[in-house]
Amino acid sequence: MHIMEGYLPLEWCIIWFVISFIVVAYGVYQIKKIVDETPESKALLAVSGAFMFVLSSLKLPSVTGSCSHPCGNGLGAALFGPAVTAVLATIVLLFQAILLAHGGLTTLGANIFSMGIIGPVVAWAVYKALIKANMSSTVAVFFAAFLGDLLTYVATSFQLALAFPAPSFGSALSKFLVIFAVTQVPLAIGEGILTVIIWDRLKEYKPKLLDKLGVLAPKEA
Amino acid sequence: MDKTTLIILAVVCIILFVAPLIIFNGHGEDDGYFGGADDAAGEAINESQGGKYEPWASAIWEPPSGEIESLLFALQAAIGAIIIGYFFGYWRGQKSKED
Repeated sequence: MHIMEGYLPLEWCIIWFVISFIVVAYGVYQIKKIVDETPESKALLAVSGAFMFVLSSLKLPSVTGSCSHPCGNGLGAALFGPAVTAVLATIVLLFQAILLAHGGLTTLGANIFSMGIIGPVVAWAVYKALIKANMSSTVAVFFAAFLGDLLTYVATSFQLALAFPAPSFGSALSKFLVIFAVTQVPLAIGEGILTVIIWDRLKEYKPKLLDKLGVLAPKEA
Repeated sequence: MDKTTLIILAVVCIILFVAPLIIFNGHGEDDGYFGGADDAAGEAINESQGGKYEPWASAIWEPPSGEIESLLFALQAAIGAIIIGYFFGYWRGQKSKED
């Protein structure tokens, strides 16, 4: 989902930067609030960020014959919501842009928008909806992580099709969706499973903290 | 979840990512397999602009070789893994002390 350095026209770079900056700034404010209210959640924040670090470093082969990487943004979104996850994604994307030439500083805003905002918003909304529908939080977190990952790549496809609508927006979109979203389906399933395993352990070791953050299903609390 | 379920999930995950290696066994980067989706998108952009797209910015620093790149990727995974491992070990110890 990394849009490479210099591969977005300047006006789109600015648009995504502005949107992402607002969300990340709100996320920083939220992190401060969460840490003030429940200092124990600091470790959980670190784990959510670390989970993203690991997953986004793994370039995995897909059944389409090309490689891509999962995002790990579903865990943070289910625990802390999308704005906080946007901050964590910014750290990961900066690391990759500066040290690995993956993504870039001009496209940072656009990449934060897909991996740090759209993916987590979808994951968070799916998670909350399934919890409300009385599903177990472990099942809910699978679908949250699966769809969060997949929609991150759908968002990238939209961003590229908007910037390069040649010959038309529709055909550009389907071209980028084939490159990104189709490749991503098995990876997103894998990310869902890995997030479930982490979630299960969290529920085992830190049930009170999860309850305090209000993320468990009513029957689990 | 019990241990068996967790192990089954882990195995499903492994199969999911080993399968492409088996399906496309014998193919490689030279005939267009296992390339990165990011680069494929870059090429598609270039094609859509008539093969004339010039990126207007380039990375401030690039890993000088594939070796250095894999070093930094391994470092990224290691940083993440040690943080997760540290806290999960700590929490597990705390939990068994409580019980």
